[in-house]
Amino acid sequence: MRVLIMAKEGEQTEAGTPPTPEAMAEYQKFNEELVKAGVVLEAGRLYPSSQSKRVRFEGKKRTVIDGPFAETKELVAGYWLWQVRSIDEALEWLKRAPYDGGTFEVREVFEYEGM
Amino acid sequence: MRSSSTRACEEAFTIGSKTTEAHRAIEAIWRIESARLIAGLARVVGDIGTAEELAQDALVSALEQWPVEGVPERPGAWLMGTAKHRAIDLIRRRKTLERKHEEIGRDAERAQEGLDLDATAGEEVGDDLLGLIFMACHPILAKEARVALTLRVLGGLTTEEIARGFLVPVSTIAQRIVRAKRTLAEAHVRFEVPNGAERLTRLASVLEVIYLIFNEGYSATAGRDWVRPALCEEALRLGRILAELDPTQPEVHGLVGLMEIQASRLGARVGPTGEPVLLLDQDRARWDRLLIRRGLGALDRAERLGGALGPYALQAAIAACHARATTAEETDWPRIVALYDAVAQLAPSPVVELNRAVAVGMAFGPAAGLELVEALVAEPSLKSYHLLPAVRGDLLRKLGRFEEARVEFEHSASLTENVRERDLLQRRAAECAAEGMMG
Repeated sequence: MRVLIMAKEGEQTEAGTPPTPEAMAEYQKFNEELVKAGVVLEAGRLYPSSQSKRVRFEGKKRTVIDGPFAETKELVAGYWLWQVRSIDEALEWLKRAPYDGGTFEVREVFEYEGM
Repeated sequence: MRSSSTRACEEAFTIGSKTTEAHRAIEAIWRIESARLIAGLARVVGDIGTAEELAQDALVSALEQWPVEGVPERPGAWLMGTAKHRAIDLIRRRKTLERKHEEIGRDAERAQEGLDLDATAGEEVGDDLLGLIFMACHPILAKEARVALTLRVLGGLTTEEIARGFLVPVSTIAQRIVRAKRTLAEAHVRFEVPNGAERLTRLASVLEVIYLIFNEGYSATAGRDWVRPALCEEALRLGRILAELDPTQPEVHGLVGLMEIQASRLGARVGPTGEPVLLLDQDRARWDRLLIRRGLGALDRAERLGGALGPYALQAAIAACHARATTAEETDWPRIVALYDAVAQLAPSPVVELNRAVAVGMAFGPAAGLELVEALVAEPSLKSYHLLPAVRGDLLRKLGRFEEARVEFEHSASLTENVRERDLLQRRAAECAAEGMMG
């Protein structure tokens, strides 16, 4: 199965300060381990919400809203797409990630429609 | 003692996985760690059978202790530590019991060296894994044995899961694995990463195993389902791991590229009621763009390593031609013919010839394709290959020879073991019968 990991890192990423070289190196080491295990399909980091937009749909009406957005804790700062055998496997990998803050959401991706 | 611990693990999984969270965590950790664990132990003790037992003994300890004491912070290291303690005991016992055997002495020495390295560095873990892959896929073993052993020790699958994947009795798979381990031990197959020319022939055996697993998932040869994505995923995972462990081999990337692109069509090649949808009839909007992109990337890696493309990379290049065409009509058939020519030169086989005939039929008209197919009819190895009459039927139908086409589709339907595919072929035969009446 595929799972999407959404990194909700709170204040830290919203500040837009780049991670320290040490934190970066640790992240890269962990990501490399995942790649070597054949787990990572894709990974990406997102700009702070101050540089992002939202489009709200109300019937036929579309409203574009500029960032930044207030609900810092819910904002996604980065994502991974993983290929794993179970949610449990994803959780075991995720627990090994070198983070000391934030919340990471694990969502299964719907696959193989029509089967 | 040996088989009982294996059984204990599998029972603990099947019973435990439903009951406690700790067991589910342990099962997931086992999936993550088992290959590395068995690989590290196999390097020390020299054979897969013993290594797997030691690993499973460690798992049994985990199943006893972790639900009570909690999962340790570094579960992989815990399992390896526990297993290595047992390995030392085992080697000491062997040493005392069979001191006269010089070989065991060497084993023990090698083992001691290995055991001194407590926390193994990343690269060594990689080498161990590679050694395990080469051992499980050793050409001395029959194909089925290699497949079963690879899924077991590298995929971390239980015997039941492998049996389910291949629709064979559990006892058959269990036997294959036991025999495979015995064969490796009796032949004194060394735990090593081969070099030079041997590396290439041994690698070919590894790639063959991975692609066999993939294909069994991609076009199931038997049973009710036309595809079994779980097997494709296992094969892809093994391929992706291998591509990281042995990144300088173009054919590894070729195979990964081929599997990624083929897997991109998994969702599109099954219709609403589970029926097969063939390549040119597929809704290309449903192809998985991520897998296509990964596949093209892998093909690019293979090409950038230089030299002429091997059979897997060439097949990946063919798959890429389809992937790049936005509609079936835009397919670059002449290029596909050229690529099949290259495959036929490197790895000539009647199946490749048949595929080439299909491409020729698309590029230069059904008559040209049919001419090539006719030449294959006498081929003994294709005698019971259901796709030969299916291709022949398709070309005859395009030429308006409906009655002959119907006979071919009927024949093809009688040769396939897969229920879904048989339905499709019988439907084609019925269509030909109807078209024949109208024409």
